[in-house]
Parts: sequence; structure tokens; C-alpha cells
Amino acid sequence: MAGDSRATGRIATMLGSIGHRVTDGLIRLGFATRFFLMILLGSGQSFRRLHLTIREIYFAGFQSLLIILVSGLFIGMVLGMQGYETLQRYGSADALGVLVALSLVRELGPVVAALLFASRAGSSITAEIGLMKATEQLTAMDMMAVNPIARVVAPRFWGGVISMPLLAALFSATGILGGYLIGVVFIGVDEGAFWSQMQASVDFRYDVWSGIVKSFVFGIAVSLIAVFEGYDALPTAEGVSSSIKSTVVKSALAILALDFVLTSFMFREA
Amino acid sequence: MSRKLLDLWVGVFVVLGMAAMLFLALKVGNLSAANFAETYPLRANFVNIGGLKVRAPVKSAGVVVGRVAEIHFDPESYEAVVTLNIDGRYRFPKDTFALILTAGLLGEQYIGLDPGGDEVMLKASDVIAKTQSAVVLEKLISQFMFNKASEGQSDK
Amino acid sequence: MSAENLVEISSLDFAYEDRPILDGISLRIPRGKVVAIMGGSGCGKTTLLRLIGGQLKPSRGEVLVDGQSVPHLDEEELYALRRRMGMLFQFGALFTDISVFDNVAYQMREHTDLPEELIRDMVLMKLNAVGLRGAHGLMPAELSGGMARRVALARAIALDPMLIMYDEPFAGLDPISLGIIGQLIRRLNDALGATTIMVTHDIQESLLIVDYIYFMSDGKVVALGTPDEIRASQHPFVHQFVFAEADGPVPFHYPAVPLAHELLGSAAHGGR
Repeated sequence: MAGDSRATGRIATMLGSIGHRVTDGLIRLGFATRFFLMILLGSGQSFRRLHLTIREIYFAGFQSLLIILVSGLFIGMVLGMQGYETLQRYGSADALGVLVALSLVRELGPVVAALLFASRAGSSITAEIGLMKATEQLTAMDMMAVNPIARVVAPRFWGGVISMPLLAALFSATGILGGYLIGVVFIGVDEGAFWSQMQASVDFRYDVWSGIVKSFVFGIAVSLIAVFEGYDALPTAEGVSSSIKSTVVKSALAILALDFVLTSFMFREA
Repeated sequence: MSRKLLDLWVGVFVVLGMAAMLFLALKVGNLSAANFAETYPLRANFVNIGGLKVRAPVKSAGVVVGRVAEIHFDPESYEAVVTLNIDGRYRFPKDTFALILTAGLLGEQYIGLDPGGDEVMLKASDVIAKTQSAVVLEKLISQFMFNKASEGQSDK
Repeated sequence: MSAENLVEISSLDFAYEDRPILDGISLRIPRGKVVAIMGGSGCGKTTLLRLIGGQLKPSRGEVLVDGQSVPHLDEEELYALRRRMGMLFQFGALFTDISVFDNVAYQMREHTDLPEELIRDMVLMKLNAVGLRGAHGLMPAELSGGMARRVALARAIALDPMLIMYDEPFAGLDPISLGIIGQLIRRLNDALGATTIMVTHDIQESLLIVDYIYFMSDGKVVALGTPDEIRASQHPFVHQFVFAEADGPVPFHYPAVPLAHELLGSAAHGGR
């Protein structure tokens, strides 16, 4: 009898904690949505005073260039080696270009570039906004009759959204060059076959364009998560550091989940 | 950092990114080759399309002249109706022959157009009357085996 | 509302979620005066400043600033009102990514179309007023705590506000910086013809410079008066505060069961 009531009690606690998490998550999702609308409403300034956004493109985009280019090159070279290893067993090493290009343009380019972007630029956006909040700079700005969402948050958001597709394209392009370097220059796959097979099989609209659309969507997701986590951070050192962690984790999950959804929509027919 | 220098680096970044997109579009993808400015549709009915897919190339004399736009099943004739988007620069005679061919033994399938000698040209949305279905490998093999078997019998 | 009061607060309630912070506060800040709001840590002083600045909305009651009801303003009107307010935050809240000069110039650039030469002159004058004209090229990270507070003060008065609010202006300063800030608060108020509200728990420094003092405890005003009246006050809370006694109406102990009971009863509690 006593054991029974204890078990029901435990189940009730468990259900309660699940319910709490769900409502908590929904409330935060609601906040994030409202925050997104506020960013959109406050975006006028980001484009009227373009240097605000240009500055953020510098920090989010230009400063991520090195890691993006180097990672892209290495991933392309690995794809070149592994792809050749597998393809030559079936005597179709000529299709190496297709393999490298399709995997980069459709998947690896947008996804890996977005993951790198989240940990390089997203975390620093969160840190910056979180610290401004912790040191009351955002409140001070608000008291000076300057809207912090329009002045601080929106330019960082747009800087990220604009940078992301460019970074993903650069990642794919250097990756393909890396695959070319390994496949054609070192292993000796026929250069003509490498490019012509690639061009015959990679469609602009279905492959390249959908990759660009993906990276654009990832850019929105990562930038929104980064600015939201920063703006929503507890105004303490621990609060900011846990927000940074949360930006990286949530961005990674969002990128992979969105990638699944987008891929299933885009390539349903092909 | 001064605003001028910042603008410069951002400019470099954006130009590099655009160049990468252009590279993907032109050198990696086939934007330059296969996206025809203007196309017109033709239709062809096949008894069996084998493994033909949407976006498969349409070739004439080995040159890509269009793409498969749509495939659907006609419940009345029990045939496959294939819509082709043909490059607006090319016209084909009325008695053109449409075949489903395979690139290599196991490669992808495409549609080949063999132009006939008719004076009248096909217009947009016309139906290609003469078609030949895909060669289905299993059928071919079973036919071959059947022939062999009957040959063996007659030998006895 | 009488014209001589710049800020009038009447029967104001405020609660964070279910925790009441302010409980029926009423106070008046006369024009041109320096008024201190004092009380222990966590008694709702900072909340009061945020209510005056319109960053929080009261659950009940009225906040009038220059005749306008702050809780009922829309965003545009509120921002227009805030341009005429200056606020100094507890630790300065300087923008760390731009220089001292740009910090002071921030509002001038955001809110006016003044040419850069004029802004330069104005910024240097403001910095001169706080004695830091020579530091205009430094970054906030290179300043000492007292200097950062003075730069933040120069920034707060950048647009010659009618109302200047200070949140704990003396917190964490050495005695010399503390004296400098105190003198600056008084001098700037009189020079600008502004009104000053100062939230602080530094009683000795405040008594030297203010015209009027409100004492707050548990979200209520418990005492008020001029510095002389406060010094002479027999109110037990004020007495404890002014003479910094450890025990009094503000108890040393956080509410708890009697010690003997807790120690003897610990075995029973430990079982849980």
C-alpha cells in the first residue's frame, strides 16, 4: 500500500517534470519567435546604416574565412582519397569529380560550414551580446533611447545571415579544389573526365542552388540562436558561459535537424 | 580598426564568396550548358520506361537538346506519358522517333530522338507518335534463355 | 501635479512575479534638487529608478516625470522622454568596444545631426567637466574604476538632461574617487540646472551633498527629510543606518527558528 503510493508519487513527479520541460520549452520557443519578429521590425537601421552590418560581416564572415578554407580543403582532399579508393574498385574512378562535388555541394558544404560557423562566429556573437548584457551596456543603451535590438542584435543577425551562404560556397569550392588536387594532380585521374562528368551530373538548380538555400536557412537558424542566447543570457559570468555552450549545442542540433527536413523536401523526386 | 580597412576586408570577403558561388554554378554545375533559356514541351507515350527519371537528358545525335520534365501514368491506355522540355533553338520533324536508351550497359537512361524526314515540324505540346520502350534487361535475358532452351529441344 | 516637482510617484506597487518589491511608495522630487534614496541592499531602490526610466511597468500606481505618465507612454514617447534623462549605472556600463571619446559622443551621434567638429568640441567639454579631457583616446578597459565612473558621468550628461539618475554612484570606489564623484554630482546638477535622483547606501557621503533624503525599507518609505533632520532623527531605522549599527530594526539574523531549538532538534531534521 505504502509502496503503491510511493510509486504513484514518483510517476506524478516524473510526469510533472516532463510537463514542466515541455511548457518551459514552449515558452522559450514563444520568446524566440517574438524576438525574431522584433529583430525583423528593428532591421531598418541595419540596412539604412550599412556600416553597422558591414562591421558584423567582418567579424562573423571574414574572420571565419581561415577555418572555413582550411577545413574545406582538407575535407575535399579526404573525399578525393576515399572516393578514389572506393570508385576504382568498380573501375569508375572517372566519376570521382561527381562524387566529390555532389557530396560537398549538397551536404558537406552547407552543413560543415554551418557547424564551423556556429562554433566560431555564433559563440562569439553570444559572448559579445551576453557580456554587454551582464555589464548593463544594453540597459544603458536602452536608457539612452537607443533600441538595443535594432542597434546591437539586428546587425549581428544580418551579418551572420549574409555571411553564411558565402562561407558555405567557399567551403564547397575549396573542397572541390582539394578533391581535384588529390584526385587529378596526385593520383592521376583524367582531368577532362573529372570536370566533364562533374558538370554532366551536377545540376545547378537541383544541387548547387539547393545547397545555397540550405546554407541560407542554416545562417538564419544559427544567427538567431546566437543572438537569442546572448540576449537571453543570465547577466553573470556563469550565465554567459552557459549561453555560449548552449549556442553551440543548439545550433548543431538545429543544423542537423533542418538539414534532414530540407533534404527530404528538396531531393524527394530525384 | 579603421572603417576603410574594415570595408575593404568585407569587400574582399564578399567578392571571394561570390566568386565561389560562380565557380559552383559554372564550373561545377551545368548552368552554362544545360539550362536552356527557352524550352517547349513535347509528349511521348511509352509502353515501358524502365528506369527513366525526371531530369534525365534528351539527346539527339549525342547532343543534349532537352530534359525530361515530367513522367506520369495514363490509367486509360496503361502507358507512361513522358513530357520533354526541348531547347527552343531546335525543331524536330513530325515523324521523329523517340527511344529510351541506356548510357553504357548499366548507366543512366535517357531519351534519344531520331529525326525522320517529314517536312512538317513538331509544335509545342505535340505528341511524338513513334516511340520505342526501354530495353528491360531481365526480359532480354529470359528471352535469350527461352530461345536457347527451344534451340536445344529442336536439336534433339 | 505641481510645477515645482519634476518627478512625482504616488502609491506605487511593483512585484517581480509573486515577490513584492515596492509596496505603495509615494515620493516627490523637486526641480533643481539633489535627492537621495537610501536603504539597505535589495530594498527596491534600483527598481524604483527603472520604473522612473520606464524600463519596468508598475503593477499599480503612477509615475509622473515632467507631467508625463511614464507607464502609459508608447515606445516612441518613452524614447523621447529618455533623451532628456541621463543615467549612471552602478559600474558605469561603458561600451567596451569603443573609446572614451566615442562613448561620450554616442548619444550625440545617435540622436542629433550635428557636424563632427561640433560633436568633438562638445565631447571634450563634457570630459573636461569631469577632469578627463586628456583621457579621451583611451579604451574603457584602460581606465581605473573611478575614472570609468567619471566617463560614464560625462556620457550621462552628454545631451544636457533635465533629470540625472545615479545607481549606486559610490559603490566600490576609493575615498578620493568617492569624494570627487560626490562633488561632481552636486556641481553638475547646479551647472546644468538639472534634477538629480541618487540611489545609494553610502550615507556619510550623501549627507554632504544632497538636499533631501528618502529612506526605504521593505518596499516602503520609512523616513524622509533634509540632511540635518536625518542626522537628528530619532527614528530607529534611520539611527541604525546613519550610525551603521549591526543590529536594530534591521536584524542581524535572517529569520530562523531559535538557535537552541535548531541545534537540539537537528537529529530529527537530519533524518529527512
